[in-house]
Amino acid sequence: MLTATALVLLMTLPALALFYGGLVQAKNILSVLVQCAAVAALCSVLWFAVGYSLAYGGNGDWLGDGGSFFLKDVARGAAHPGTHIPESVFVMFQMTFAVITPALIIGAYVERIRFAAVLLISALWLLVVYAPVAHWVWGGGWLFKRGVMDFAGGIVVHVTAGISALVIAWMIAPRHEFPHGIRPPHAPWMVMVGASLLWVGWFGFNAGSALSSGSDAGMAMLATHLSAASATLVWMAIEWIKFGKPSLVGAVTGTIAGLATITPAAGVAGPLGAVLLGAAASCVCYLAVWLVKRVMGVDDALDVLGVHGVGGALGTLLLPFIVLAGAGTGTLNHPTIEQFGVQALGVGSVAAFSAAATFIITKLADMLVGLRVDREHETLGLDFATHGETGYHINR
Amino acid sequence: MKMVVAIIQPHRLDAVRAGLTEIGINGMTVSEVRGYGRQKGQTEIYRGAEYTISFLPKLKIEVALPDDRVDDAIAAITRAARTGRIGDGKIFTIDLHAAQRVRTGETGENAL
Repeated sequence: MLTATALVLLMTLPALALFYGGLVQAKNILSVLVQCAAVAALCSVLWFAVGYSLAYGGNGDWLGDGGSFFLKDVARGAAHPGTHIPESVFVMFQMTFAVITPALIIGAYVERIRFAAVLLISALWLLVVYAPVAHWVWGGGWLFKRGVMDFAGGIVVHVTAGISALVIAWMIAPRHEFPHGIRPPHAPWMVMVGASLLWVGWFGFNAGSALSSGSDAGMAMLATHLSAASATLVWMAIEWIKFGKPSLVGAVTGTIAGLATITPAAGVAGPLGAVLLGAAASCVCYLAVWLVKRVMGVDDALDVLGVHGVGGALGTLLLPFIVLAGAGTGTLNHPTIEQFGVQALGVGSVAAFSAAATFIITKLADMLVGLRVDREHETLGLDFATHGETGYHINR
Repeated sequence: MKMVVAIIQPHRLDAVRAGLTEIGINGMTVSEVRGYGRQKGQTEIYRGAEYTISFLPKLKIEVALPDDRVDDAIAAITRAARTGRIGDGKIFTIDLHAAQRVRTGETGENAL
């Protein structure tokens, strides 16, 4: 669990930061890195103060109790109930999830948001959206009691982040060059380094979610890897057929889509199921990215909904059928159709709740600190305008 | 004296330098520049979306020459820089009023 915990933190710092950083313009690279670092630090402290209690205190239907505020009840010798894991390690493992989920949303609003809004939205979002949903699904809440299956966060991490990203991206409005004047990713190589670290870190995310280093963790790791590999190949094939050239950014975007999709299903999908899920991930997420940006016209800048949200939902909904088709190694909580109903209820209710709560949080942030930097600063780039630093001093 | 200013494809630089050296012309200044002409930029595709790159990277070579070497130089640059595809660049020739070598203070063609 110590290893898994470290791997999941690696997914935010630096993996996600590099993945996102490479996708923005050169003048905004540092703003993305500092947003990731600041959100990680802020959410860690909030998780200690109240977040963990709200998510994992008691078995209430809707929210944890306040029994462990400031982690005052976490004793050195205590094991987490039902496991052999020290409570301290369980708190820390879950903290790394609480860090990466709000950080994923950064991809929606990059290149135009006020830094104060990043902090305020992330803080409120962790407590108002993430902690309750983690409680519903994992902490003994109402969805847990109904038998919803979300092994490592298809609903809790990817649906919440993806839907909320869409809402914030819509509310903050597009970057002023959107859609036709947007500059391409400034460093595709950095996107690849970030995606590769995410791939490795995801072994901690999914295998670690077995909460013991046994056969469940082993199968989850194998499934995770195969889904990522399959999705990488399929996204590459789609681009190759459609545009005549397989791109690096496309290939690694497929990797992440495959990883997000296997996340909820890593506990039941077998190797074959994982390969099928990965292939489905790239086909569906490729379409979703196009729908959000080109059809809906929402500037979810780095495709948080299209890749993460849709991937997480897809895996959650396909999971019963993977088992039905004999491509799984685990068992469902209910018969196939009933399980699908519960999965759909989980995705639907969490998506609706995330959207509504994020709308209110974002409105509040807009009133209190303002969402956008002014046009001049957007053109200048957030690195210098907001942080007083410049990412690259080449030929200057 | 003339200043020959050539905008070329970045990957032709070594060939141009070799071509000029071969005919006895030594010394040039190179800068990385961006621009567009008939090639009108290019499109790149990321995650299925097309991005228009309006200004393409080129190299600008500047060579100061006595009048009698200009035609040879232009011929050498053209030979070396030409791929036959759109975007190969252009060569401009400008009158040069004066030249001075910083180290010795020599002026005119002696300074080239």
